[in-house]
Amino acid sequence: MADLSVDLAGVRLRNPFLLASGIWGESGDSLGGAWKAGAGGVITKSIGRLPRPGYPNPTIESLERWGFLNAMGLPNPGIEEYPKEIETARATGATVIGSVFGADAAEFVDVAERMERTGVVALELNLSCPHTEGLGSEIGQDPAEVEAITRAVRERVRVPVIVKITPNTADPVGLARAAERGGAAAISAINTVRALAIDVHLRRPTLSHGLGGLSGPAIKPIGLACVWQIREALTIPIVGVGGVMTAEDALEYVMAGACAVEVGTAVAFEGIGVFGRLVESLGRLLDELGFESVRSAQGAAHGSEARAPMPARRRRPPRSR
Amino acid sequence: MIRLFRTIVPVETYDQETPSTVTLRFRYPAAARPGQFVMVWIPGDDEIPMSLSYTGNPKGITVKVMGPTSRAIQHLRPGDRIGIRGPYGNAFDTSPKKILVVGGGSGAAVLAPAAEIAAAQGSRITVALGATVAPELLFEERFQRMGARVAIATDDGSKGSKGYVTEVAAELLRAESFDAVWTCGPEVMMRKVIDAAAGSRAPVVCSLERVMKCALGLCDACAIGPYHVCVDGPVFPAERIAGLRDFGRFKRESSGRLVPA
Ligand SMILES: Cc1cc2nc3c(=O)[nH]c(=O)nc-3n(C[C@H](O)[C@H](O)[C@H](O)COP(=O)(O)O)c2cc1C
Ligand code: FES
Repeated sequence: MADLSVDLAGVRLRNPFLLASGIWGESGDSLGGAWKAGAGGVITKSIGRLPRPGYPNPTIESLERWGFLNAMGLPNPGIEEYPKEIETARATGATVIGSVFGADAAEFVDVAERMERTGVVALELNLSCPHTEGLGSEIGQDPAEVEAITRAVRERVRVPVIVKITPNTADPVGLARAAERGGAAAISAINTVRALAIDVHLRRPTLSHGLGGLSGPAIKPIGLACVWQIREALTIPIVGVGGVMTAEDALEYVMAGACAVEVGTAVAFEGIGVFGRLVESLGRLLDELGFESVRSAQGAAHGSEARAPMPARRRRPPRSR
Repeated sequence: MIRLFRTIVPVETYDQETPSTVTLRFRYPAAARPGQFVMVWIPGDDEIPMSLSYTGNPKGITVKVMGPTSRAIQHLRPGDRIGIRGPYGNAFDTSPKKILVVGGGSGAAVLAPAAEIAAAQGSRITVALGATVAPELLFEERFQRMGARVAIATDDGSKGSKGYVTEVAAELLRAESFDAVWTCGPEVMMRKVIDAAAGSRAPVVCSLERVMKCALGLCDACAIGPYHVCVDGPVFPAERIAGLRDFGRFKRESSGRLVPA
């Protein structure tokens, strides 16, 4: 059977399927449960400096098979309380990645330093949080902020720093490049896609926050395009996120250039057993297609696309591979 | 795309059950079994998990008015619109022939429809019903109408025996044998019921309550040990939860922070 283990910025994962941040991530027992169910690693809920209750319900809206719309409002118990959950998770042997967020670079650094001390193998910076409560702009949409925060964290921690970028931008490659310049060891792409649902009877958005983020099958093509574009421009390792439901979905991300994927919405669709099924079916799929490992399929789709005759002026940056 | 996720329905009736509890009835087409819950959206306020106190049609919820949202429920009137999604979670097994039902406070809300169905199928129902004071006894008449034997305890002795409903339940468990014990109420109370039934052969089943956000097994708000109350519960056999660190001791706040229950 094909070798499913992968290397993510120096961290060895037993398989490429990571539990996405914000799913089963509040309790150490749940994180450990996802590991026992077969995840290659688990990413914690995004943790900030202080406890946050999140927005009032409704915080989630189902769009049937398309996925979910959510605006949880970053509920989290705060970095003071959270280490004991990680301890519980690590007791199961789980490979744990700590997700952190902050309102500014100082909070990111503070939380990241304390998160590192819990024994996580890497950090994921959630750079898709609101800049100022209520304004709706995101720190993570500004390449200069992304670079500055990444650098500030990078200078203070030893574990690899993964930067999770937002798709709510015209230029995902610019964000990835900024993260790379700041010292990121890898990029996760993507977080949820800004979206809205309205109840026509009540003439109001269904989520209490109004705008939310879309996850699930509907966003897979968007995530794939981001991973593809980043791989065309940069060599930094990429974790593909968005709408991974099947082994084929994961392999699409790998062929687009990802070395691992995160799985979120699929846990609601299929239960935590989805990890075991993904692992098994990816092994079978790789065998069937003649790949001896996940690694050997990485980026396999690049270079195959039909190209129109080159216009006189170059339209895209040269590939740096 | 068809959106069946949440249905906006008018409140049909609003009844004060006790000084601190109200029942709302509404028409919601999905089939439901006793023990299951729905997410109830009060537009502009919040969306909260509520066990169904009536599982037929119209369906109903019976709410203890405690937090700000349940207070908002108290201001709803017939004709006001609420959003309903679900039903979610599992249900009581109504097949046992002789059932002891132990309800404290608003716990009777989820036990009554289960007992009703079991009684209609020929099961013999005994109810140990507790409240702080006599007027707060929930669904006493409803239990009597279904033919159940009802034993009462109030904290102040204003009706039935003075003291805890768990003592009444323990007495019943010592005197007779039951095929099942169902309980819902504060977790410390349910723990006492489990202890009281330890010597009998009757399996105990508990209905749990936790903060819920997604109700879909995704967000982890309702985690207890290896379970998620929204999808693995809310009804649990005692042996699955009695040994958990959190049962009767800790709950998670909306932030996920573990606090003493
Ligand atoms: C309920 C919910 C909560 C989430 N919370 C977080 C979070 O705290 N931090 C974060 O970086 N991403 C969060 N996400 C985004 C996911 O990690 C992931 O990027 C997104 O859901 C797309 O993947 P999927 O289609 O597999 O769900 C959340 C998603 C959902 C559905
Ligand atoms: S309420 Fe979200 S997992 Fe149960």
